[in-house]
Amino acid sequence: MQIISFLSNLAMPLVILLIVTYGLIEKNKVFDDFLEGAKEGLEMVIHILPTLVGLFVAIGALRSSGILDKIIYFTTPLLSMIHFPSEIMPLAMLRPISGSGSIAVATDIMKNYGVDSTIGMMASTIMGSTETTLYTIAIYTSCVKIKKTRFVLWASLLADLVGILVSVVICSILS
Amino acid sequence: MLNTIWPIFILISFLYAIFAGNLEQLNSSIFASTNDAIKLSIELLGTMCLWNGIMQVAKKTSLIHKLTNFLNPIIKILFPEMRKNKQIQQEISMNMVANILGLGNAATPLGLKAMKSMQKENPQKDTLSNSMLVFIVLNTASIQIIPTTVIAIRNSMGSSNPTSIVFPTWIATISATTIRHYSYIVVIESKT
Repeated sequence: MQIISFLSNLAMPLVILLIVTYGLIEKNKVFDDFLEGAKEGLEMVIHILPTLVGLFVAIGALRSSGILDKIIYFTTPLLSMIHFPSEIMPLAMLRPISGSGSIAVATDIMKNYGVDSTIGMMASTIMGSTETTLYTIAIYTSCVKIKKTRFVLWASLLADLVGILVSVVICSILS
Repeated sequence: MLNTIWPIFILISFLYAIFAGNLEQLNSSIFASTNDAIKLSIELLGTMCLWNGIMQVAKKTSLIHKLTNFLNPIIKILFPEMRKNKQIQQEISMNMVANILGLGNAATPLGLKAMKSMQKENPQKDTLSNSMLVFIVLNTASIQIIPTTVIAIRNSMGSSNPTSIVFPTWIATISATTIRHYSYIVVIESKT
């Protein structure tokens, strides 16, 4: 555990250190280069901000209105027929659409069922193997003002579903 | 895509809130959500400036050429359209490194930079190109050697073995990424 936390703490400083050192060795004006790039970052955030506001309001409404709970309530019996644990259902629904929301739900599951229980392991594996798909696609497409995303969302959601199912299966096999 | 999903989200949740009598929660969540979006943007502002700056420093060194050459076999397979464009290959390599090392904060700014460059090469400005599709696949796939965030959460909750999820996570990631990749290939081929 200590080695892993050391390595993960090392990653970012090491990358920056390596790049700056290389710049110095090759006698570049590193800070001027840095500023030149940093300015571009500013512009990108301004492009993304409206997307984030719109998306967050819609997802917040989905959760606070209670409709998401209702959907979970109705789909749980269907899923328990294929032995999908109902405890994981809220996480599976929230994971592709909300990063902070899914962290909160996953933490809650780990607290209630135990971090090292099968359910806790499933929640952890889902969090580790999937990404906030909708958010990622939204900012990656909106920063370049793309409207037609072809099938990107459906294919990604299908993959998330596979990731979640595999997480559930592998954790029940391992425990 | 968002032109369809966004109104659906708004319609079903607002209508449901009215019928279920959850208007108070809905009202407070609307304001909380806008605040959250601004908070995230401000955080993004910092990491975006930092990593775009670091990327620019890296671009002027030979380090980035070494990295791009190292990752070139993978990039050539995944992004055949970008075979001639060195700059985009460099940006894709940096984003891949950030993803593999689990530097989520760095991966997004570096990824968006690559998207911007790919857009310049895109003949249809309002539609995702094949390279962009594949690139988004990579970035929604959560490809990382060590899932640091989850391990940190598990550790803080007193798990007896916080890293026990590393192996199951690899299996799940590999399965999901394979499915993702093949579904894109099907989509790309069906369109051309």
